[in-house]
Amino acid sequence: MPKTHAHPYIPNTTPETKRGMMQQIGIKAIDELYSDVPQKLRLKRKLNLPKAMSEQEVKKHVEALLSKNTSTRDMPTFLGAGCWPHYVPAAVDNIMQRSELLTSYTPYQPEISQGMLQALFEYQSMICELTAMDAANSSMYDWASALGEAVRMAVRVNNRTEAIVPKLIHPERLATLQTYVEPLKMHIRKAEYNRETGLINIENLKQLVSNKTAAVYIENPSYLGFIESQVNEIAEITHDRRALFIVGVDPTSLGILKPPGDYDADIAIGEGQPLGNHLNYGGPLLGLFACKGETELIRQMPGRVIGMTTTLKGDKTGFCMALQTREQHIRRERATSNICTNEALCAVASTVYLALLGPDGLRELGETIMTRSQYAMHKLNQMAGVKAPLFSSAHFKEFTVNFDKTGKKVHTIHEALLKQHKIHGGKDISKEFPELGQTSLYCITETHSRNEIDRLAKSLKAVLGRKR
Amino acid sequence: MYRQAQWNEPVIFKLGGKGRRGCTLPTVDDDVGKLVGNVADTLPKSIRRSQRPRLPELSEVEVVRHFTRLSQMNYGVDSGFYPLGSCTMKYNPKINDLLAGATGLSELHPDQSEETVQGILEILYTLSQWLAEITGTDEVCLQPSAGAHGELLGALLMRACHKRNGDSDKRTELIVPDSAHGTNPASGTMAGFKIVVVPSNSNGTVDLKALKAAVSEKTAGLMLTNPNTLGIFEEDIAEIADIIHEAGGLLYYDGANLNAIMGKTRPGDMGYDVVHINIHKTFGTPHGGGGPGAGPIGVCKELAKFLPVPQIAYDTKRKRYHLDYNRPESVGKVRGFYGSVAVLLRAFAYILSMGAEGLEEAAEISVLNANYLVKKLSEIRGFELPYAKGRPRKHECVFSVKPMSKETGVRAADVAKRLLDYGLHSPTTYFPLVVEEALMIEPTESIEKEELDRFVEALRQISDEAYSDPNLVKNAPYNAAITRLDEVKASHPKTMALSWRMHQNRNVIKAAASKV
Ligand SMILES: Cc1ncc(COP(=O)(O)O)c(C=O)c1O
Repeated sequence: MPKTHAHPYIPNTTPETKRGMMQQIGIKAIDELYSDVPQKLRLKRKLNLPKAMSEQEVKKHVEALLSKNTSTRDMPTFLGAGCWPHYVPAAVDNIMQRSELLTSYTPYQPEISQGMLQALFEYQSMICELTAMDAANSSMYDWASALGEAVRMAVRVNNRTEAIVPKLIHPERLATLQTYVEPLKMHIRKAEYNRETGLINIENLKQLVSNKTAAVYIENPSYLGFIESQVNEIAEITHDRRALFIVGVDPTSLGILKPPGDYDADIAIGEGQPLGNHLNYGGPLLGLFACKGETELIRQMPGRVIGMTTTLKGDKTGFCMALQTREQHIRRERATSNICTNEALCAVASTVYLALLGPDGLRELGETIMTRSQYAMHKLNQMAGVKAPLFSSAHFKEFTVNFDKTGKKVHTIHEALLKQHKIHGGKDISKEFPELGQTSLYCITETHSRNEIDRLAKSLKAVLGRKR
Repeated sequence: MYRQAQWNEPVIFKLGGKGRRGCTLPTVDDDVGKLVGNVADTLPKSIRRSQRPRLPELSEVEVVRHFTRLSQMNYGVDSGFYPLGSCTMKYNPKINDLLAGATGLSELHPDQSEETVQGILEILYTLSQWLAEITGTDEVCLQPSAGAHGELLGALLMRACHKRNGDSDKRTELIVPDSAHGTNPASGTMAGFKIVVVPSNSNGTVDLKALKAAVSEKTAGLMLTNPNTLGIFEEDIAEIADIIHEAGGLLYYDGANLNAIMGKTRPGDMGYDVVHINIHKTFGTPHGGGGPGAGPIGVCKELAKFLPVPQIAYDTKRKRYHLDYNRPESVGKVRGFYGSVAVLLRAFAYILSMGAEGLEEAAEISVLNANYLVKKLSEIRGFELPYAKGRPRKHECVFSVKPMSKETGVRAADVAKRLLDYGLHSPTTYFPLVVEEALMIEPTESIEKEELDRFVEALRQISDEAYSDPNLVKNAPYNAAITRLDEVKASHPKTMALSWRMHQNRNVIKAAASKV
């Protein structure tokens, strides 16, 4: 059947319009516009793709595929490890659908993009309030790539060749860091941890830090959920050798945890996904990036930065991109980073989220998460053969659960939980950190009700009680 | 004339009042509270927050109104024409957004066991196959978060490949044309290469002589978009590929301009070894005012073994999708998890609604629309089309307003600002660098002819204004949310305010602060 109408997304495909336009250009066939593509490079067949579907069919097809997934809404799920289930208030989702924000581009024309620019300035400002830093950029891809950029920034500042990270770092973040710094031929050293508390081994750190050290990096809360409390000592050791102190954070902890700026961190990074962004199977995420107000740091910051200014007439305050001379579109090969498209809309979601919570809401969020995870640890730790958490330090949101004394493998326990009890346990980390034995990482947020935690405990008991 | 909303909207920190809240949290059961006590007190003093963060305190309605007003002071593709060359700002079909919001995606955790995520893995796997077909590459990796992220990964793969051949100490140079996007040299540098710039010839394409002179045993590769940023197809691409390959280098395709050639020719067939795809340009997914995007890369067989882990794979025997971490020569990771999945899902839905024919048609009409503009805009006083006159442009064209600027003092930036008053977004200005007073225009296939005509008419009027009353144009815009901004002040060390805290601490913008 010949086509009788234009494709809904391509209005000029109606025969009259097409013909009229071709006439104006002076061509008889569209193909003339491809005359400069050499014949031997032409694709002489149709692309091998499915036939176009109507909107109804697309919807049905994609929904059918998505229905094969079991989401965290369909079963209690205790996974965190870098991407965390949190409640996203309806107002956040609603604002995110405002098409003026959703469908705009990078604000190259500030006069017509004040909305996005102001929202991003407010985002930067809120991240600075949370982390007690002076300047923030308007987003990076995610925590892992922000770490890579932060260490590269430290090298630009002090021209050194080593970075120190905690041994119990998130393996994906470590892997990303290694990829980012490989071209710099840097050496990444790992600081030992105290077996009892999980905290950085201060003596070992002292030995590692030298005048080759570009940066010392810690995660707080750590990958395994415990809180690094020796922050003042670490800052001192780092700064004694004139290295930069980089701290990675989960921002939901910052209503109750001391912000990195208050213990003299130079750069704060982290994952912004928990602030009003859905899990989305791990992407998009939102890389947080902030630093102290020193000019030499700000000038080396990667990414786009929004600044407050006035109109040329000086009669009004407005917002525009600032310090663009650091960026790739001006600086080219001498830019501080190659990042162009970032995660601006996710940053706006975080801004809306933080505005809804306010300072007290953020503190309550932290307390609720901590209370619930304490409760879960308490319940699990009572089980024969189970140790939760493995380390004696205070924990936030996530904690280790060790099953060594049950004689069972994490893998089998989790499979039984999933198959027989429709519960998704935590993340099996026995391969990531073999020295921790049969251990998994569980995550409890404000979304986990007491019933769910009790159900987890009951199901685990049943699983562990079964002889096999 | 157009008039954008002007709300005089205060910075959020000035709104609200003590004790207001926009969101409540579930309460903790009394006996749970009793059991675990006041947890914040269990935190060591050294790490307890002593001062509340100075966030605003607002009710839900205040928050919603604030951001609604801000959105009204913002221009998006849904507001009107967005002819931003190389950025491919086309319409984003609504069904894609609807599907991306479904809980079957939005509430999936990336560490879930594979059997609980077969649906999304199938979507991602299938999408990677389609992208390989569209680009003519052997394997696609969906992980990069944006085009530039794909470039970085691509450059790292080239590096890994040369290293594998024992060549990495020698192959230190990456060649980019002078018309390349800034991310190309920046990505190359990040990957450890020295950047060698080759000039364009009078046709606006790569100068073969200069290229031959630039290649050597130090050449790691060439980064080149085709059609290039002038919208001109690099006819000599096969020869360029030969020159690079014979020198032992690899050829990288910047996919920002893929929209023009879908279904017509494929980077892989042109001889490219690595290709990135700006999903947020070509595949109908919104750009979010700066992101998120997605920048998958397609590679030839030789480079596939270096891709980051995991790759999404299908086990035909067990009929199961899985995450394949078994890639011993992998460069590792460039981000956490597997990519911007919510963006990739939109691309999946988009390709489903287009099919092979629709994609090809999109390419054709984007090119038709661009050439229609070339014809119409060439007739405007003060506008000139540099390079290769008479040669078809692909999806975009670059005009120079140098004649107008010489005759009236009205520059490309002024034309761009004045367009805002007509309710149109401006083209890309001052890029590519090889064109003086450049306006880089990309209509895309999603614009109807009547809108193209309105755009042409607006530019004709602006030209008239420039020749009769240049100050009118130079002081534009008048109808946007705000008049022209002092961008120098925003970046000057003495007046820089990159956060509310910095602004308050330094109180740098004193004069205007009272009006915020
Ligand atoms: C020609 C070209 N190359 C590369 C890029 C970089 O892509 P992204 O912004 O997705 O990182 C762009 C985007 O602006 C572009 O136009």
